[in-house]
Amino acid sequence: MRERFYVTAEELVGADERIAVVLADIGTGRMPDAERAHADRVINVGIREQLMVGVAAGLAMTGFRPIVHSFAPFAVERPFEMLKIDLGHNDVGAIVVSVGASYDTAVYGRTHQSPEDVALLSALPGWRIYVPGHPTEADQLLRAAARTDERVYLRLSDQSNQLARPIAPGRLHLERRGRDATVIATGPLLDPTLEATADLDVTVLYMTTARPFDADTLRASLTGDLVVLVEPYLAGTSSAEVASALADEPHRIAAIGVPNVEHRKYGTWQEHNAAHGLDARGIRARVLRALSRDA
Amino acid sequence: MTTIAALGHADLRRLMDLQLGDEKHTPSATSTLDVIWVLYDRILRVHPDRTDDPDRDRFLLSKGHGPMAYYAVLAAKGFIGVETLRTFGRYDSPLGHHPDRNLVPGVEISSGSLGHGLGIAVGMALGLRARKSAARVFCLVGDAELDEGSNHEAIVFAGRARLDNLAVVAVDNRSSSYGWPGGLAARFALEGWSTTTVDGRDHAALERAFGVEHVGRPHAVVAVVESKA
Repeated sequence: MRERFYVTAEELVGADERIAVVLADIGTGRMPDAERAHADRVINVGIREQLMVGVAAGLAMTGFRPIVHSFAPFAVERPFEMLKIDLGHNDVGAIVVSVGASYDTAVYGRTHQSPEDVALLSALPGWRIYVPGHPTEADQLLRAAARTDERVYLRLSDQSNQLARPIAPGRLHLERRGRDATVIATGPLLDPTLEATADLDVTVLYMTTARPFDADTLRASLTGDLVVLVEPYLAGTSSAEVASALADEPHRIAAIGVPNVEHRKYGTWQEHNAAHGLDARGIRARVLRALSRDA
Repeated sequence: MTTIAALGHADLRRLMDLQLGDEKHTPSATSTLDVIWVLYDRILRVHPDRTDDPDRDRFLLSKGHGPMAYYAVLAAKGFIGVETLRTFGRYDSPLGHHPDRNLVPGVEISSGSLGHGLGIAVGMALGLRARKSAARVFCLVGDAELDEGSNHEAIVFAGRARLDNLAVVAVDNRSSSYGWPGGLAARFALEGWSTTTVDGRDHAALERAFGVEHVGRPHAVVAVVESKA
């Protein structure tokens, strides 16, 4: 997804003079043509993430559509108050594109892990949050974001599904219809979720827009009273959205995701997924446990 | 026909006195009074009928605290009604104890949390330069506000980016807890800024300071006023 992002962003800079890219050293040199031809709109502020977001706000206030890019901890957590005030409270837009996801670079340890990014941004009003599961979807969502003036968070990850789906921004995609329960698989966890539920009679919805949450499609597709939420970031990040969507429906929620603990492991994202029950085996165990309580 | 006499500097104290409830920040407000007046009266190319002109100059009250002087000047210059000043701080008032750009005509940024305005100002200056606009960006910070590290991200980068359409006015009333050894101007000069230090109550000196040529460099005006004490 990351490589595709640089290609698409470079194309957007060349095609639309409103597009600006603001970097804080991460990603420099990856869009060489745009950096050379449009140096006034492809701006590296150095390792200064608070400034990166402030500059994006100032660019938005002077008519530009800024794309801000860094690793998730440095795009969301470090400049969080700038996201809240410079963009949110001032009511201007930007596209924040992160890489690294929850623990793509797990070997760097906790400083470079950000399983809480979506929960943090969900706490701020007015953000559209995209979690693509395939480079083609990331490309589609970035282009969709570029056409608006909204505040958008685009969360890119190393983990990817084998095939892109025909997603529509803002909507849950109905992947499979079943009879016993509803499983919502988010972004790159679609493939392991499908593997985990291959022989189970459940509806699978595919979520690439986490906010605003598509309550309408969930209600229209609801199967049984169990909703299993599978998210590649902090467990339960979207539980309140599901509960709100189903406030007048008897339901149960099983939230699968990254536990809210102080992570002290290195290794790979695959090892972290396995440890947190976010591989096919772990997801299957959780779904079966939730279904058994349904019986 | 009723005519409304133009309001001037002599009216500002009266206009400030209409705004009750934030007396804690009266020193903050009074420290900026002359600087903001000189900017709006003599420097800024802005007009209350064209607050969305893409080529207007921008004034950013970064520190946000004690905006009574700011609102008084905006009222004197016709951006907001004088009667609105009496609503200061009320639930439905557009005039909070920290300004909101979405509520007050002519206010360029919502501020109050320290250390945000200068980064936004740098982005504005970059945007205006990319658009080849002649508009300029003026950002007011306080000497204590400069304690916030985010300002220094902006100060360093603005110097390297040679943003000569950006000016900072740092109002110095010695309220920073640990002070600025060597003076505030030195902090900016170190990063390649043009600097001028003046009496923040001297209108002619402020006007000259804002008029200093600073081709290829951002400009910092340190406006020294009486100590907060």
